[in-house]
Parts: sequence; C-alpha cells; structure tokens
Amino acid sequence: MGIELLIFKSILVMVIFTITLTIAAYSTYGERKIAAFLQDRIGPNRSGPFGIFQPVADGGKMFLKEEIIPADASAFLFVLGPSLAMLTALMTGVVIPWGDTLTLNGVEYSLQITDLNIGVLYIFGVVSFGVYGIMIGGWSSNNKFSLLGAIRASAQMISYELAMGLSIVALIMTTGTLSIKEIVDQQATWHWNILYQPLGFLIFMICAFAECNRAPFDLAECETELVGGYHTEYSSMKLGFYLFAEYINMFISSALMASLYFGGYNFPFMNSLGLDQNWVTILGSVVFFGKVFFFIFFFMWIRWTIPRFRYDQLMRLGWQSLIPLAILNILLTGIFTMREELKNWLFN
Amino acid sequence: MVEYIFYALSVICIACALLVVFSKNPIHSVLYLILTFFAIAGHYVLLNAQFLAVVHIIVYAGAIMVLFLFVIMLLNLNAETEPHKNMITKIMATVSGGLLLVTLVGSFRAAGQVEMVRLDNSNIGTIENLGKVLFNDFLLPFEISSVLFLSAMIGAVILGKKQLS
Repeated sequence: MGIELLIFKSILVMVIFTITLTIAAYSTYGERKIAAFLQDRIGPNRSGPFGIFQPVADGGKMFLKEEIIPADASAFLFVLGPSLAMLTALMTGVVIPWGDTLTLNGVEYSLQITDLNIGVLYIFGVVSFGVYGIMIGGWSSNNKFSLLGAIRASAQMISYELAMGLSIVALIMTTGTLSIKEIVDQQATWHWNILYQPLGFLIFMICAFAECNRAPFDLAECETELVGGYHTEYSSMKLGFYLFAEYINMFISSALMASLYFGGYNFPFMNSLGLDQNWVTILGSVVFFGKVFFFIFFFMWIRWTIPRFRYDQLMRLGWQSLIPLAILNILLTGIFTMREELKNWLFN
Repeated sequence: MVEYIFYALSVICIACALLVVFSKNPIHSVLYLILTFFAIAGHYVLLNAQFLAVVHIIVYAGAIMVLFLFVIMLLNLNAETEPHKNMITKIMATVSGGLLLVTLVGSFRAAGQVEMVRLDNSNIGTIENLGKVLFNDFLLPFEISSVLFLSAMIGAVILGKKQLS
C-alpha cells in the first residue's frame, strides 16, 4: 500500500466520521421539525435562524448535565454499555461505498474505506454485536425497568435479525456476491435491485426499523410501560451516546438500503452526460446522499404516523409474517433464477 | 507481523478463557467468553478464512451468547444465591478434572508429529471456494447436518409449545 493511499484513506475515514456525526446531530433537528410539521406545530425556533443551532444547544446541555452512576451499579459495565452502542453504530460505515472512484494525479482512489469480500456479512456481524450495548447498559443499571427494557430490545433485535438475514439471502442469490461495492456496481444506471427484489426490500426495511428501535418498534423505551426503557438510569453524555447511536444507526441503515436496493451512487443516464469521470463520481455521491436523506425522512415520517405496536403483535409480525414471507421470497427468487433449467426439465 | 498478531491473539484468547472460569460474577464470565470468541475469530482471519470468522462472530458472539446473557440476567445469579456444593462433590470434581488432564497429556504425548501442508491456493477460505467445496465434495455431510438442524428446530418448537394436545 502506497503512502498516498494511506493518507487518502485516513482523510476519508475522518470525513466519513465527521459526516456521520453531523448528519446524526442534524437528524435530531430534522426529527423535531418534521414532527412539528406533521402535527401542525412550529418546532424548535429559538437558537439561531429557524432553530438551526438546536443540535449544538442540545449537545452542550448533554455535556453540562450532572453525571450519575447508580450506587449499586457495576461502574465499568455501566460506562461500557453506551460506549459499545456508539462503537457498533460507527463501525458499519467502513464497508459502505460512498461513491465511485476518483482519479487524482493519474491514481484511482475508491470512495469506500474498505471493500471486504464479505461486506454484507460484516454488517450483520456488527449489527448482531450491537445488542450488547443495550443489554449491558440495561443490566448494569441495577433497575427493573432498565432490565425489562434491555430484554425487550434484545429479544426484538434477535427476532428481526432472522427475517433481515433471510431477505438478504434472496438479494445475494440474484447478485451472486457479498461485496457491497460489487452489488452497487451491478446496479449501474437504472438496474436497481428494488425492481428485482420488491418483497425483499419491504421485509428488509421493516426489519431495519425494528433493528434501529424506531417507532413503531420502539418498545424498548416505551414510556407508558417502562419509564425510559434501558436508559432510565442514564444521564449526561452517556444518555446522549445512546440517543446519538440510534440516529447513527438510522443513517447507516438508510445508506445500506440505498446501496443494496436503490443503486447506491448510480443514477439514470450517468454515462450519457458526457462528463469527466471525477464529476460523475461527485454527482453520484450527491445522489447517494439524496437517497439516504430520503430514507431518513421516511424513518421520521413513519415514526410520527404509525402508533406503537403491542409486544405480542411485534413478535407475531416478526416470527409469523416476516420470516415465512422472506422464505417465500427466497423460493420465488430461486425459481426465477433457475427458470430456463426448470422449463427444460418440465417440458422435455 | 502475522506472528506477533498470532501471539497477541493467543494470549488474549487464553487469558480470557481463564477469566471465564475464575470470574465470580456469571455476567463477567459471559463477557469474557465473548472476548474469547473474538480472539478465535481473529485467528480465523489470520488463516484467511474471513467467512468462517464472520459466521463465528454472528452465530456465537451475536446469537448464542446473547441468549446466555439473557438467561443469566433474568435469573440474576450472584455470589449470594450461588448453590454451595458439599465437600464430596468438590473432591470428586477435582479428581475427575485431574483424570481428564492425565488423559489429555497422555494422548498428546502419544500423538505423532503431523506433516505441515502448504496449500497452493491461499484463497481457500473465501466464501466462493467454501461454497464450491461444500456443494461438490462434501454434499452428503452438508445435507445431513442440515437435516440435523431441522430436527433441532422442530424439537425447539415442540418444547416451546405450552400444551401438547
């Protein structure tokens, strides 16, 4: 690996890190503005024009609040919980292709931090590890409400991981690769996977909502039943980490949906514009972020439209609807992929 | 470089495995066991078997250990509620552990030196090659293990049902 590549990748990591945190911070502002719009209110409008400095004010407040560690709590695990939640939220960004290649001084640089040949599985590994942040935090708080919230959250995440994995299996059957970069490249111009896997996308999206603990699946922090859920005992920036990790997860899953099913940085007529490759790459990244913002908006739209599920309804949806549907989707995809062989076998 | 990583991972692995046994708190034991699994996954990556490493993390660290943690958290086990074994049980446990050690040492001493095999293809652990090997050379064992999984799933569903009618 050349030194230029190392420098480029380091800068890229920094840029992605900053963008992720900025988008997560401004998602909180967007969430409140969209909620206000949907409920015919004005929303935050005090700090700066249109309340644009609200996230900064919120962050400052989080830092200045008193930090409390419950008396009988295990202090190390109590701090480890939010740290793990933040770590796993930030780790998934490395395999997402944020853009095509840039050519600088005759050398090609990919706008993806690393192209793992098992990228999709890497994301699953990190997501499945994300449960620990919530479980450890909820248990170490030494509070019944926290423990119940943590157990609800982890049961929900495990249940929906299954359907999510099965919906991805059907996608992998059509793409034939686990590398996210290759999956995106196969969807050049307008051959987006949503056209081939509409059912798979629907299942994946519902599961992404559940994995992010977003409404209508936010039973883990159901105020009416559980006070504050797994982060009842948390205060100051440790609470901030949990809330922030949720927004980062939302951003990353939006990016994942955009790159797996909506063509990533590809857009129609991208090769017939007659532009330089670098400009196409930059435009592609802009389009990619546009798709991501749309999905973030969609997350918020759903949250302020659909009421929360009851816990048994949640489990029934996961186990009795989504998993059988995902298996049916795999079967249909298999039949579609092998249609020529099947025709020969049936009619000869 | 690879050698240093190997030794670092091995030290982490063995230290965490020992801490699993020596921790007083069962939750800490589970957390150390998760670290042990991560160290083992690191060994798989060193052997260029990324697929195995990731599946190891998803299945063991991500699913099985979560259920472990689940049960232990719900039971809220700690030093006070731990059942105390009587003296005879402790002595018997020590004796049987020692016998196991003697057996292991004996079998390791009797084992011959295995010739090291250098593979021509360093990409043997990637998912493409693994899939080809599983579906061409080892199809029957693969299918038999999937039947085993199916029967385990049916068993779990039957056990999970409240009443059998």
